[in-house]
Amino acid sequence: MMILTLAGRELRSLFISPLAWAILAVVQLVLGFMFLSQVDTFLQWQAQIAMLDNAPGITEVVVAPLLGNAAIVLLLVVPLLTMRLISEERRNQTLPLLFSAPISMSEIVLGKYLGILSFLLIMVLLIALMPLSLLLGGNIDIGMLAAGLLGLTLMLASFSAIGLYISSLTSHPTVAAITTFGALLLLWILNWASNSAPDGALAYLSMLQHLQPLLRGVFNSADIAYFLLFIFCFLVLAIRRLDADRLQP
Amino acid sequence: MDQQTTPLLQVESLTRHYDKIKAVNGISFSLKRGEVLGFLGPNGAGKSTTMKMITGNLAPTSGSAIIDGFDILDNPKQAKAALGFLPEQPPLYKELTVDEYLNYAARLNRMAKSTINSAVDNSKQRCGLEQMGKRLIGNLSKGYQQRVGIAQAIIHSPALVLLDEPTVGLDPIQIREIRQLIRQLGQTHSVILSTHILPEVQATCDRVQIINQGELVFNDTIDNLSERMQTTALLLRFKRPPSTSTMLSLAGVQDVESVDEQTRRIHFLAEQDPTEALVDASVSEGWGLFELTPERMSLEEVFVDLTCREPHHDEVAQP
Repeated sequence: MMILTLAGRELRSLFISPLAWAILAVVQLVLGFMFLSQVDTFLQWQAQIAMLDNAPGITEVVVAPLLGNAAIVLLLVVPLLTMRLISEERRNQTLPLLFSAPISMSEIVLGKYLGILSFLLIMVLLIALMPLSLLLGGNIDIGMLAAGLLGLTLMLASFSAIGLYISSLTSHPTVAAITTFGALLLLWILNWASNSAPDGALAYLSMLQHLQPLLRGVFNSADIAYFLLFIFCFLVLAIRRLDADRLQP
Repeated sequence: MDQQTTPLLQVESLTRHYDKIKAVNGISFSLKRGEVLGFLGPNGAGKSTTMKMITGNLAPTSGSAIIDGFDILDNPKQAKAALGFLPEQPPLYKELTVDEYLNYAARLNRMAKSTINSAVDNSKQRCGLEQMGKRLIGNLSKGYQQRVGIAQAIIHSPALVLLDEPTVGLDPIQIREIRQLIRQLGQTHSVILSTHILPEVQATCDRVQIINQGELVFNDTIDNLSERMQTTALLLRFKRPPSTSTMLSLAGVQDVESVDEQTRRIHFLAEQDPTEALVDASVSEGWGLFELTPERMSLEEVFVDLTCREPHHDEVAQP
């Protein structure tokens, strides 16, 4: 109940500011362009592809790369959305309003998290409309699309969990944004360091490693568990950080 | 059952250290229902720290605060439901309108949906914000923002309202209006008001606590504080001033100060007022007394006396 109140307020304040609208528009424009050029490529090579044994369908050629690209574009965007979650309240000294109200720290953190997550879900829905539009003129692999969208959603949920935590560390939104961006990028490319050992620990921690199977339509519960653990871990850290506000210094 | 006798707020040796600095050191007091308590002290005395601890914004190093029977540390939700807090910096979202903001504050305090609208209207009316509902908070003047801050603190009609320096940065007219509002609040709520402006306490509070360097140095009613301010000195001007020893020989005179050629300041014990004896002596001895002014100790002086004297005591106490 309180979580929903906080989430609603977070979502509202996003849509009051032009930032949310700008982000939705720009992401949609860029991904729309990528989607169309991908469809174009597919149409060009359709005849040749059809000759192959076990030919890849339009879902593999168009949808999987689209969602992969969406993940990278959103890696740049999520820090901009999460940066102000807690740091701005700290900067404007509005946290006492929440701390003096009969709400727990977990409710504050979960409320804010749910708020940002609902916004990202709206974004995923808008992105999903592109592949779904292919249904107008043909068939797509719905199962594979669903797995891909689930992967994208889980990844965005992890992005925002880490963004929320980093936002709770500082009172400067820009610092939170750049730090979150750095952290996300590092997590993304962690498997580069392990080219020699593709099954190493670093590779296992890399987010890309867990997203790719889902984009290919492979639903592995270990990947799902990775994302869920990741989210849980950073939410708990954020709650603890906020709690430490009362104890410091 | 004993609603009337149990104090609304019971603070027990509340202590807060920042590293080595003792910001608040073992403060204990209690507050009855419907009482307006003034928290007085110089800047940095620990007023805000104490308020933050009572409202659960800061964890105490030791000690406890019990609001309406609920410990702020053990039962924070119940305790916080009984209090409203206006911090030094009002926690306002500048991008919201007054109505939106108060609505959000009401929901944060777990008010039922059906009661929220009337609560918002009520608290707007009490704070003189009826015309401001649709305005963005960021566009309001400082005085009105302060009112929104107070409206937020009383929206759920808590038993206890804490206001941290509510009149700082306001112009004299706004200050008068806010004080009036606080007096009104005192009729229905218990209020703790922190300030470093003395007349504010005299104008609004039933009881005053003076806090200095994290310790409570005075805790009494306004009346008793006024008693402390009673006359203890006389300023006299003579045409032909007598010698100091002559004046000291009069009953009650403790000390004589020569201010200039003609003027003397006489300090005396509160119980033995030597005014009459002095006038009589002046007539019979022909000193030519032509001016006599009782010097009242102002609240300012009591305050300075209390807050500045304390360290000396400590020095004396140490061997």
